[in-house]
Amino acid sequence: MTQSLKDKLIILLLAALGAAFLVTFIAIEEQAEIFALLVFAGVLIIASAKLGLTDKISQSLSRNERLLNLSVIAAMLVVIFWFHEDHFPLLMIATVLLYVVACCGLNMQFGYTGVVNFAGAAFFGVGCYTAAVLGGTGTPLLLVIALGGVMAAIIGSILIIPVLRTRGHYAAVVTIAFGLLFRTFLEVNDTLGGPQGLPVSGMNLFGWDFNSNIQITENIEFSFYMNYVILALIMVILTFILMRRIERSWIGLNFDAVRLDETAAACYGINIKRWKILSFTLGNFLAGTAGALFAMMLGFIAPSNFAFSDSLILVSIVLLGGMGSIWGTILAAGLVVLLPEKLQVIQEYRFLLYAVVMILILLFRPQGVLPRNLRSYIPGWRG
Amino acid sequence: MEQQQETVLAFKGLTRRFGGVVALNEFDMELTNGQIVGLIGPNGSGKTTSFNVLTGIYEANGGSIEFLGQDITSWPAQKVYEAGVARTFQRSRLCLELSIFDNIMIGAHKRLNHGFMFNVFKRKALQQQIKENYEEARKLLTIFDPELADKMFEPVGSLRMIDRRRIEICRALISHPRLLLLDEPSAGMTHEETRELMDDILEVREMIDGLSIILVEHEMGMIERVTDKCIVLNFGQKICEGAYREVASNKLVQEAYLGGE
Repeated sequence: MTQSLKDKLIILLLAALGAAFLVTFIAIEEQAEIFALLVFAGVLIIASAKLGLTDKISQSLSRNERLLNLSVIAAMLVVIFWFHEDHFPLLMIATVLLYVVACCGLNMQFGYTGVVNFAGAAFFGVGCYTAAVLGGTGTPLLLVIALGGVMAAIIGSILIIPVLRTRGHYAAVVTIAFGLLFRTFLEVNDTLGGPQGLPVSGMNLFGWDFNSNIQITENIEFSFYMNYVILALIMVILTFILMRRIERSWIGLNFDAVRLDETAAACYGINIKRWKILSFTLGNFLAGTAGALFAMMLGFIAPSNFAFSDSLILVSIVLLGGMGSIWGTILAAGLVVLLPEKLQVIQEYRFLLYAVVMILILLFRPQGVLPRNLRSYIPGWRG
Repeated sequence: MEQQQETVLAFKGLTRRFGGVVALNEFDMELTNGQIVGLIGPNGSGKTTSFNVLTGIYEANGGSIEFLGQDITSWPAQKVYEAGVARTFQRSRLCLELSIFDNIMIGAHKRLNHGFMFNVFKRKALQQQIKENYEEARKLLTIFDPELADKMFEPVGSLRMIDRRRIEICRALISHPRLLLLDEPSAGMTHEETRELMDDILEVREMIDGLSIILVEHEMGMIERVTDKCIVLNFGQKICEGAYREVASNKLVQEAYLGGE
């Protein structure tokens, strides 16, 4: 068997395994079974790492990027269609996907350019409120999603001056303050519903109502969440493409140079402000678009959805997955959103557990669960 | 012969203070086309400060800097680079987690297209630009070390000190500078490695027409071998200027280094 055929088989096998794992994990309810499945997965991963399989697999993966991307999308579609009539699993999957989009935004800021943003939930919230306000006005709702992003980017520009002037901890404090202000502002602002929040009209695409179930034949009916999951998946794919293209361009190189050494970057003509503003704005845009669709899907939003703790969760997803790593973000968003939903034991100790995991990650694997690779500008090209 | 006399860089009364400390005091110097000037002096005498003021990291408190006929005294670092000044740093400042190619490309900044539309949507044109620049970077690095040129996509953090210095110099040279500032290139290297690196630098100078170099260095063998002229600083003040032999025999210089009676 040739190497390239072997690579391809490995990828297809992994995608199938991943889909099967995800379906089982979401479907089973018994706590003991879920726990057993997690332990099984953990043992499998550690064993393959000890046997040196993970290195070989990651080489196979990096040689066949296109196939890998397509198989992951196919696997996701299998999982989604498996649960075609179950509201709750689809809601969970859509939530994970939208978190991926928002966290990619944070990753652009924090992972690429080193601009910390502890107000991720606030920018996500700007998108939500944009959707709530514009939802009833007859604006095309696909446009509303984009406008959610634009609003987040515009409101983010308030923060640009302090973010450019501060670094590290100080920049973190600035964004924390903004996140808190945002929530307080919503709570006292009656036109935006005050503490009670606002209803959001559902997505409607050219007369296709996202909030009613889809009748395929007499016996087969798809949950209306299916609409949202598919749209969210499309958003993830577009975000992924944007992130990848930026990373594999001179812009990505400038972002890295700004993060790693501002003085050296300035001595080589790199305009620090320009790149920080671009990555901060793009990141907020992504968080805003994710928020807009999220609000339409939930149908109702309130200030309590955008607390500081939610921002912390977004940051912890980025750190857990690995700074600047897109696959890492996808994996970590899945873990952070799904685990507490499935394991009720965790639910209550959620934040305690996150804190412990964060400390362990920063101590023992600071590059994250799936560290970012060196930049390869053109897949498969090495000079 | 006339071109040889063209002034590339001129400091006039350049002064920089940090609080009460005068790091540079009324420093005058001139550098002509293709010249290599050695900047020497004890620790803390203002050598690196003069680089930092020249490249726009620090502002000057007085005096002026003229580069290729333009007054660049208050220019920001980015503009000084665009004008044709490239430098290395005393403690090598590379992006250790990036590849060799990435690091060298940071130096090529002014020739690359950084437009958002170009980078995100015109992938074919971008990839063409990447490949062209790769060829140039590889050619340049091959002069220094052909083996290193085969490792273009390996992280810089995994390399030896001398290789890092080579890459730092390549990063500076790829910008096609008119003036190259080398801040203690021999720091942390053995005599043998220092000699190797110096050979490389001289070779590169032969290739790039009219490249002037200012070299800050403690390694006197290196200064003697490559410089056309030496300037000695002490407490931010120029105490002597001339060919290495004259400077080395100067009484003030000996006192500055060994301490006077």
